[in-house]
This record gives sequence, C-alpha cells and structure tokens, in this order.
Amino acid sequence: MAPVLEVVATLLLVTGGAFLLIGAIGVARFPDVLTRMHAAGLAGTLGIGALLLASMLVFAAEGHEPGVRELAIVLCIVLVAPVASLCIARAARRRGE
Amino acid sequence: MLMFGITVATGCVSVALLLTLWRLARGPGVCDRILALDLLSMLVAALLIVLGIATRTGSAFDAALVVALLGFVGTVALARFAERGRVGGD
Repeated sequence: MAPVLEVVATLLLVTGGAFLLIGAIGVARFPDVLTRMHAAGLAGTLGIGALLLASMLVFAAEGHEPGVRELAIVLCIVLVAPVASLCIARAARRRGE
Repeated sequence: MLMFGITVATGCVSVALLLTLWRLARGPGVCDRILALDLLSMLVAALLIVLGIATRTGSAFDAALVVALLGFVGTVALARFAERGRVGGD
C-alpha cells in the first residue's frame, strides 16, 4: 500500500489506542460514577471510531471489498453507547450512588 | 510502519483492559461495576478490530460487532436490574 496511506493508518491506530487508554485511565482514576461514565463514553466511541477508520483505510488501500462491516459497527456503537450511558446514569441516580 | 501502529494499539488496549478490570474488581458501587463491564466489552471489540487489521481477516469485524452489541444488551439489562430489582415488566 502507498506510504502516505500507511502513515495515516498508523496515526489512526495510535490515536485510537491512545483514546481507549486515556478513557480507561479516567475510569480507574475519577472520583464518582458520573465522571467515570463521562470518560468511558467519550473515549470508547472515539477510540473505536479511529480504529475502524484505520481498518477501512487499510482494507481499501489493499483493494479488498469496501468496508460495509466497519460502517455497521460505527453506526451501532454511535447509536447504542448513549443509551447504555443513560441507563447507567439513571440507575446511579435512583440508587443514590 | 503499519506493524508499529498495530503493536502500539494492542499495547494501549491491553493496559486499558487491565485498568478497567481493576475498576471492575474494586467497585465500590454496583453502577461502577456495570460501567466497567460496558467499557470491557468495548475494549474487547477494539482488540478484535486490531486483530482483524493485523491478520486481514474480515470475520474478526463480525465478531467485534457481536461483542459490542451483546455488551450493550448486558449493560442495559444489568442497569435496569440495579435500578428496580427486576429486568422486564411494566
């Protein structure tokens, strides 16, 4: 694959990994449930998005089929992550944690 | 070059898995544990995506989709159970 595309894909991979790591550090270090949820939700969505963008780039540059699977995963996670966060936040609020 | 990115991403996600597992074991509340489980399923999906890039296998992405969706269903069920003591109903 072309060197430019390879550099961009590498950068996206490193960015995605760094986002996920920062989110997990936030989950481990923040003081209460709502701040932890903030770290997990944002970092998870962005990190997986960057990783999937990298995979689309790699597969497209090497002439495989277009990345319909990656789009489906991004769509599912973007639609589904806020709902999960809402459920956890409501449970935390009603339980008074 | 791409191998370097794959290695860094795998290392980052592995350390993130360890930190999230620590939060899952530590608690202190039920909601913290549910949140940690949600992030764990996302991290496993991310690891499967990196595996799919590294070995150029498309089926790893299907596995990642399944893990992410099952993690979402489990999160919602656990959160509702923690909220009101049962999952379905009214």
